[in-house]
Amino acid sequence: MSTILDVANVSKSFPSGGILSRNTVDAVVGADFQIEEDRPEIFTIVGESGSGKTTLARMILGLEAPSSGEVQFRGEPVSTSLGGRQRRAFMKAVQPVFQNPFEAFNPLKRVDRYIASTATAFRDLKGRKAVDEAMDEALVSVGLSLAEVRGRFPHELSGGQLQRAAIARALVCKPDLLVADEPVSMVDASLRMAIVNLLRSLRDDLGVSVIYITHDLATAYYISDRIIIMQKGRVVEMGPARAVLDDPQHPYSRLLKASVLSLDNPGGGDLTPARDLIAASDDVLARAGQSRLVDIGDGRRVRQYG
Amino acid sequence: MSDPILTVEGLKAYYRVGQFGKNLDIRAVDDVTMQIERGEIYGIAGESSSGKTSLIKVLAAAIRPPLQVIDGSVRYDFGGRIIDPTKASKAELAEIRWKHLSYIMQGSMSVLNPVRRIEQTFRDFAQRPLGLSGAAFRARVEEHLDHLKLPTSVLRSYPHELSGGMRQRVTIGLATVCRPEFMIADEPTTALDVVVQKEVLSLLRTVQQEMGASIIFVTHDMSVHANMTDRIGIVYAGRLVEEGPTRTLFTQPKHPYTAHLVASLPMIGDTRPRPALEGRPPSLADPPKGCRFHPRCPMATEICSREVPPLESVGDRHRSACWHADEVRPLVEPAFDKAAGGVRA
Repeated sequence: MSTILDVANVSKSFPSGGILSRNTVDAVVGADFQIEEDRPEIFTIVGESGSGKTTLARMILGLEAPSSGEVQFRGEPVSTSLGGRQRRAFMKAVQPVFQNPFEAFNPLKRVDRYIASTATAFRDLKGRKAVDEAMDEALVSVGLSLAEVRGRFPHELSGGQLQRAAIARALVCKPDLLVADEPVSMVDASLRMAIVNLLRSLRDDLGVSVIYITHDLATAYYISDRIIIMQKGRVVEMGPARAVLDDPQHPYSRLLKASVLSLDNPGGGDLTPARDLIAASDDVLARAGQSRLVDIGDGRRVRQYG
Repeated sequence: MSDPILTVEGLKAYYRVGQFGKNLDIRAVDDVTMQIERGEIYGIAGESSSGKTSLIKVLAAAIRPPLQVIDGSVRYDFGGRIIDPTKASKAELAEIRWKHLSYIMQGSMSVLNPVRRIEQTFRDFAQRPLGLSGAAFRARVEEHLDHLKLPTSVLRSYPHELSGGMRQRVTIGLATVCRPEFMIADEPTTALDVVVQKEVLSLLRTVQQEMGASIIFVTHDMSVHANMTDRIGIVYAGRLVEEGPTRTLFTQPKHPYTAHLVASLPMIGDTRPRPALEGRPPSLADPPKGCRFHPRCPMATEICSREVPPLESVGDRHRSACWHADEVRPLVEPAFDKAAGGVRA
């Protein structure tokens, strides 16, 4: 069994304040996990805004250099300063899907042209027919077809369709890993599950691993195999998704779970915020300096303080 | 005995745009009839471009061309004072704004003036309706913020100095300082994190209950509706397709679109496959004939593509616009009936 992605003790801090200021903000502190080659999975990173989940994703994509630690892809370091050929091989294997498809696509460019340019850049395709076939194959796997998309501009597609086209664009170069940063938060309610179900079928049918970044615990529970929960840059709990979310151990994970609006009693709305958990998670955050992740069995790890 | 604060009858509001010498109507609000009772939270659910924002614009008397009211009436009853925002004069509207009718908008950053301290924003909005002098006004605002358990120090801050959750709480403070009878909340918590979202919703509900105000609460997030609202109206392509008490809509939806919205909500502790709805919402410039949902509806028959189903009563305070309302069943067995002690089989 080989490791496809190895995030080894990665940290990132940004300078804050003016150019002469020495203050730094720790966006990610000591993230550490691996994704295996021959076991496609949906690996979910959960956190609120400011938890560092997008910074972590950008480091995995090689768009941001870690301050310390290293991200390795198939044993090769992922770096922002890779040479052309290495960079291209990496981009072919690891593809991003962004939050807002209307921003990801150039509004003045036809959707199919964008997919075609990805296809020609990363696949050794000869001739227009081969490119069309590759595009159609990718579009069919997300429930669209080339005939539906060809010649259309982004504004002519619905948000759900466009997000699927964005996923098709990523799939056209046959990647091993998709990094999807909040792929459903801009998509309408009735179309959201179509995207979520699609991510699931990518794993099951095409064998693509997905790093799914979200703030929504309910969809995370629905599709994830493994999950990590981040609080202000630190991973506070990780493990098999169902086990972690059924019985979270860390105060912050418990707070997140308690804050999910329940559907147990529609119309009877219990909105009391979990004050004790808010206090408990603020308390551990203040003591985060002397903390470490501790194994608690069943592949689960929880941050402990002391 | 019903005592509606707002009665909407047969309201049609279109965006009328001239294109190449031809008039094109975008039917954003098409034949909406509804009533909102005193002291209730009425939820409006629908996806983007379903016309929910246009409906609110009409109700809030923020009608700007090309949006036009084509037909129908809107009637507010503020303690005997009857007003129709579609016909009222500017002076009349200025009198009811903030005092009787206020709004809580989605982007708190664009509601609060970025170059003015919160206190000045309060003055801009609320001093005239309250009719108080400087010191008395300041005392009143401080008392109100105190009551909402917000620190009065926010009055000295600029909007960018506050967190998103605090800003949204300030806008709730702003909308409630004149104790209005009717509030319109448009996606007030959409941009917030889950923990903060729950706190803000809880604050809004507490204030509403104390004041006995009515709220129209708009969001596409059905889990917010489940916890916040008393009744829900489901809007699809400019029409009200189903309306009923929140619990009824979640347990016994009578429109296929509602059934789908409810069934597609994933829950922690439940991994059953969730169905996804295919297709896309129709264009409001050229909506499908008959029932506007029929091209995406799994239950559609011939009549659905021919005739518009009327919004008819299907139960206690429950209306649905579907030719096959009797046959609609929940798509996924509601798991919450067990938890809630089997209320309503």
